[in-house]
Amino acid sequence: MRIGVITFPGSLDDRDALRAVRLADAEPVALWHGSHDLEGVDALVLPGGFSYGDYLRAGAIAAHAPIMSEVIDAAAKGMPVLGICNGFQMLTEAHLLPGGLIRNDVGTFVRRDQALHVEQTNTAWTNGFTAGQEIVIPLKNGEGGFIASDDELDRIEGEGRVVFRYLGVNPNGSLRDIAGVSNERGNVVGLMPHPEHATELGFGPDTRDAMRSGTDGLTFFTSAIQALQAV
Amino acid sequence: MPTIVVEVMPKAELLDPQGKAVAGALTRLGNTDITGVRVGKRFELTTAGPVDDATLEQVRGVAVDLLSNSVIEDVVGVSVVDGPTVSTESAPTETVAP
Repeated sequence: MRIGVITFPGSLDDRDALRAVRLADAEPVALWHGSHDLEGVDALVLPGGFSYGDYLRAGAIAAHAPIMSEVIDAAAKGMPVLGICNGFQMLTEAHLLPGGLIRNDVGTFVRRDQALHVEQTNTAWTNGFTAGQEIVIPLKNGEGGFIASDDELDRIEGEGRVVFRYLGVNPNGSLRDIAGVSNERGNVVGLMPHPEHATELGFGPDTRDAMRSGTDGLTFFTSAIQALQAV
Repeated sequence: MPTIVVEVMPKAELLDPQGKAVAGALTRLGNTDITGVRVGKRFELTTAGPVDDATLEQVRGVAVDLLSNSVIEDVVGVSVVDGPTVSTESAPTETVAP
């Protein structure tokens, strides 16, 4: 199973995403934004960072990168695609996911270990969770406020496309506490928090058992492998 | 050469955290008569040749496709002004709805 991670100018978390893919027992493949070649990967991750310095709008310029035409085609054919943070912003800008991301309502960059409620386990990236499961993974962003019109919010809620909601604290003013959403088919998922930073003992969020022992993020990647094996 | 000005604003019904922060600062500075601020963007596009209807059509296209995101923003103006940059004296010669 080969999972590609696309590096854009200003990507920061591409290396961590590649490592997370390896920890999940898939083969990580580094892909480049300027290419038109997905190198035969089975799934794709658009990583976090600050592509193009967040100029224009976060993710807006990267959403028009050369490789994005292949990403859009692959997503339409059902390939699992995960957008993390800046990658989520790119997927909304590319119209693969609904809504948009704006500056945090608190006006500052927020970094914290964030509790999330898993609302949907029928997506390519969440089938390994149990419905209603509470997970904790790191969050770190300045423009993580998820917004859409009331009609659009009602629509995606009705279609079961709200995949994650913030639990406890809403860190950025996201409407209806939405932390992550999917496309209609469930193969494309985007969220602001960072699963790739919670995949390895010693490097994840604190848990009741031990410091930095949280590995809830690993399930995202094992879910994608499971989804691909089920096809 | 003429300059085409594209103006983009956050949607009125959605949050504008940036405007809210600026409004808070204005209030703290004693400008109590100012009750609200919304912050948008202004793009100045220059062209190699004169601006005709086709150019404006092209600009309206990129205004919607790249310069703004219709989920969170509206294009509120596309206008042509003379000269390489816009001074306060030069009023727009044409304003068209996006």
